[in-house]
Amino acid sequence: MLSKRVIPCLDVHNGRTVKGINFVDLIDAGDPAEQAKLYNDLGADELCFLDISATNEERKTLFNIVSKVAESCFIPLTVGGGIKDNSDINNLLKSGADKVSINSAAVFEPDLIKKASDSFGCQCIVLAIDAYKDNNNVKSGYNVSTHGGKKKTNIDALQWAIEGEKNGAGEILLTSMNADGTKLGYDIELTSKISSEVSIPVIASGGAGKPLDMVNVLKKGGASAVLAASIFHFGIYTIENVKKEMLKYDISIRKTW
Amino acid sequence: MFVLIIDYGSGNIKSVYNSVKKVLNDYDMSIEVKVSDNLLEIKNAFKIILPGVGSFNQCMDRINKTKDLVGTLNDQIITKKKPFLGICVGMQILADYGYENIKTKGLSWINGEVKSMKNFTDNSQNLKIPHMGWNNLSVNNKTINLLHNINDEDQFYFVHSYFFDVRNKKNIICNTKYGIDIPAIINDDNIFGFQFHPEKSGSSGLKILYNWLKLS
Repeated sequence: MLSKRVIPCLDVHNGRTVKGINFVDLIDAGDPAEQAKLYNDLGADELCFLDISATNEERKTLFNIVSKVAESCFIPLTVGGGIKDNSDINNLLKSGADKVSINSAAVFEPDLIKKASDSFGCQCIVLAIDAYKDNNNVKSGYNVSTHGGKKKTNIDALQWAIEGEKNGAGEILLTSMNADGTKLGYDIELTSKISSEVSIPVIASGGAGKPLDMVNVLKKGGASAVLAASIFHFGIYTIENVKKEMLKYDISIRKTW
Repeated sequence: MFVLIIDYGSGNIKSVYNSVKKVLNDYDMSIEVKVSDNLLEIKNAFKIILPGVGSFNQCMDRINKTKDLVGTLNDQIITKKKPFLGICVGMQILADYGYENIKTKGLSWINGEVKSMKNFTDNSQNLKIPHMGWNNLSVNNKTINLLHNINDEDQFYFVHSYFFDVRNKKNIICNTKYGIDIPAIINDDNIFGFQFHPEKSGSSGLKILYNWLKLS
């Protein structure tokens, strides 16, 4: 039976992890490769790197990081942030990324997902959607935002997801901008709306505060995977805690202990 | 003595290289690993790995474009029986035909056709396609050396929307379940194929790569 995936997400800036793992003594706590290795050992089913560098100059270090991580990390690695065209994608895949997640650029260049999927295969193209609730505006009640949630658009998140699938995205990374950072649980309504209308897997993101939140979005939201950052980085819960909670609710997991 | 990973411009060669390298180092095996599309290297290799990412037709196009590659592979693998491992699409193209995007002729090393999973999985289960993530193997025959130390808790990373509908069931070593039984490891004599990515399957993947590297 296919397991539901638990995915820690690391923010990378100028080649260093920010808000990274800070509950164990790492030799270099800002080194993405060390953190990746640790999460790999702690039972992560996949890893997600989000590059939050502002300039291209800062971003160049990313390729080296990805290639270093790929040397010691034998689980799938998704890299996102600032991807603008097929050449960015090619460089990341060549460095050792397995998937790339495309967010704002897909909004500004609607052909990007299709072009990328045609060239590299749908299995490595993740459409990242930052959705926020805006009841009066669009049909689904959720709009797409860009630039890490700073800019709002009039695009309906549900329509955007459906279109993304049609254009060849292999997966959707769905972040609720309302829930993100609250630790009050994932947005189950949003996840369920999107997941029930697309046939590709949906990764739920934003709002994880405890293992039961993960259980809920997997059970009620129809997510195929859960992504979280701070609850893992601060050692509030381990991946094992989350998987054990999932087991209690008969959710199939990859046992790593 | 070296294992050759064939580089025909398809996807994640580097991950496959890294994982083989890791196994060889960890187990102190006196074998090297090389990445190349050079025909002489293919002839001199001790074992051959064919990775594959992307679509069936793209992979076959690339292989067909590399001059004399198919001929050399046929000679080395089919006639001279050199140990061979195809991974993901690298396994699928061993079939007679693939139907991804356009009907495409494969290498015809293991009989069968590669078909879309969409037409075979039961929609009521709301199964997502691609089949993406960690799944276990239903092992029919645990005594074979390739599956040494692999148990029911071992899971492997799959990502595919098409599956290899193998004609002779004797060529299937393990299935994985996703709506239907999907051949996960196939075999004919010196030829093996993995539908999953051993290079992305954590310690379970490294274990099975080690087993394959050790097979004589």
